[in-house]
Amino acid sequence: MMRHLALACVIVLGALAAAPAAAEQLVVSLSNHRVVISSNFDGEDLVLFGTIDSTDGKPLRKKYDLVVTVTGPRHTLRTRRKERVLGIWVNVDSREFVRVPSYLAVLSNRPVTEIASPEVLRINQAGIDNFLLTQRVGPDLADTVPQDPFRAAFVRLENQQGLYQENAAGVTFLTPTVFRAAIPLPAAVPTGAYAIDVKLFADGVLVTRASSALEVVKAGFEQFVAEAARDYGLLYGLATALMALLTGWLASVVFRRD
Amino acid sequence: MQLYLPIADMPVNIFLVLAMGLAVGFISGMFGIGGGFLMTPLLIFVGIPPAVAVASVASHIAASSFSGALSYWRKRALDIALATMLLSAGIVGTAGGVWLFTILRSLDQLDLLIGLSYVTLLTIVGGMMINESVRAELRARKGQPAMMRRPGSHTWLHGLPFKMRFKRSKIYVSAIPVLAIGFIIGFIGAIMGIGGGFILVPMLIYFLRVPTATVIGTSMVLTLVTMASATVMHSVTNHLVDAVLALILMVGGVIGAQFGARTGQKMRGERLRLLLGLLVFSVGLRFAWQLVVQPDDMFSLRLVGAA
Repeated sequence: MMRHLALACVIVLGALAAAPAAAEQLVVSLSNHRVVISSNFDGEDLVLFGTIDSTDGKPLRKKYDLVVTVTGPRHTLRTRRKERVLGIWVNVDSREFVRVPSYLAVLSNRPVTEIASPEVLRINQAGIDNFLLTQRVGPDLADTVPQDPFRAAFVRLENQQGLYQENAAGVTFLTPTVFRAAIPLPAAVPTGAYAIDVKLFADGVLVTRASSALEVVKAGFEQFVAEAARDYGLLYGLATALMALLTGWLASVVFRRD
Repeated sequence: MQLYLPIADMPVNIFLVLAMGLAVGFISGMFGIGGGFLMTPLLIFVGIPPAVAVASVASHIAASSFSGALSYWRKRALDIALATMLLSAGIVGTAGGVWLFTILRSLDQLDLLIGLSYVTLLTIVGGMMINESVRAELRARKGQPAMMRRPGSHTWLHGLPFKMRFKRSKIYVSAIPVLAIGFIIGFIGAIMGIGGGFILVPMLIYFLRVPTATVIGTSMVLTLVTMASATVMHSVTNHLVDAVLALILMVGGVIGAQFGARTGQKMRGERLRLLLGLLVFSVGLRFAWQLVVQPDDMFSLRLVGAA
């Protein structure tokens, strides 16, 4: 992180030498830091507001670009590929994606590929194609090129569930220095801690960045059930089995005809 | 109306799930089966994670089979001795099934195993039932008595040692096939996430010659015990039983089962077996189709673990 920042500073300083400009500062604010899942939860859209300020009084540049990356709690998934063996379709090959975000949204004001050079995007992990998705390749952990069939399939499948998304119109500039970003949380959003990383680009280089966080939690009855199932498995199971017996008994009494 | 399921971690339409419970409950009451072989695929179809579906369906089947078993108990139409014998072997079978389930899951071949077992079992059992009931129907048309238990229709199974008498079912058979059937049902049930009633009922009828009067009640007792213990086992090991989902399914299921049972009692035995045979056979074909036809997506994801 610090190294990235230092590198960014060097690039920024280089740009400054060419055309003197202000030192920017990002101030961001999230509409809601705590998303509560209750019985009627059906997804939610969060709004991130932000402003670009000059810290040294010098005038701001005319054109900025923003890339907002939201990452959910990490988990490990296996992507499997089917092939026809003896006439039936069988999983023949698989690749493990280790500690990848369970939710990943990349929002920007225009396609990330137009914002900066591939090299700058790669260094800053801007865009899903440049986001580090660690795979277990033999004994090693590494990421592959975006075109890799397993990586592409993984991103596509996550996208179909609404968990991985890239939106080139996700950030809107209200004025040249005030912006808003809409963060879409689908109904099946995983619970846990989310990180929001806001990167400000100008003239194809990273100028500054800011971060925020949010939390997705279950509340009330949903929380009670989920915690009971996790922490008191035996009691929970016995209670569920008892509930089944009770329901069955009630039905046979209610519908009894003799 | 959408309702968030706390363990499946997703919202579902409460009326859709209730309707599925009613429909499967109706079928289960009509034929005296648990209906897991219909409910589990249905839940997966509406997007419930397969592991949660299998675990939650267990408690739903427990509820509907308890409701059914109680009414058969009142009619004294269940054989506790036979059920106990089947259960003792069933538990061993379940343990073996869970063991194989875990190994194949880690090898990513669980879908294949489940698919293949559904195809094999459902088409064979369904085919046999259709064949038998059509013959019975034809015999009835010709004016001959449509009798299942022809005198002297002893198979080699009846020559086996360790004979036991089951008074309620009025049968005198060797303990070996009884235990073997119990083991197979337990084993298959654990792997396929079903109670196994639709296999057990024909097995008891064809192999052990258990009379139709006690076969369904006895099968329900077996299903009740295995599914209630499966609920507890799934809760302890995987924490995947969704009590909210289970409750909706149960309520729909037990109500549907009552109406199904009434419809079933009005129908002739052969007709009923033909219908069940057709149902089982077509579900089997559906699974075969899924294995043979090229899938829309060659790739699929499976959660290995939280970070």
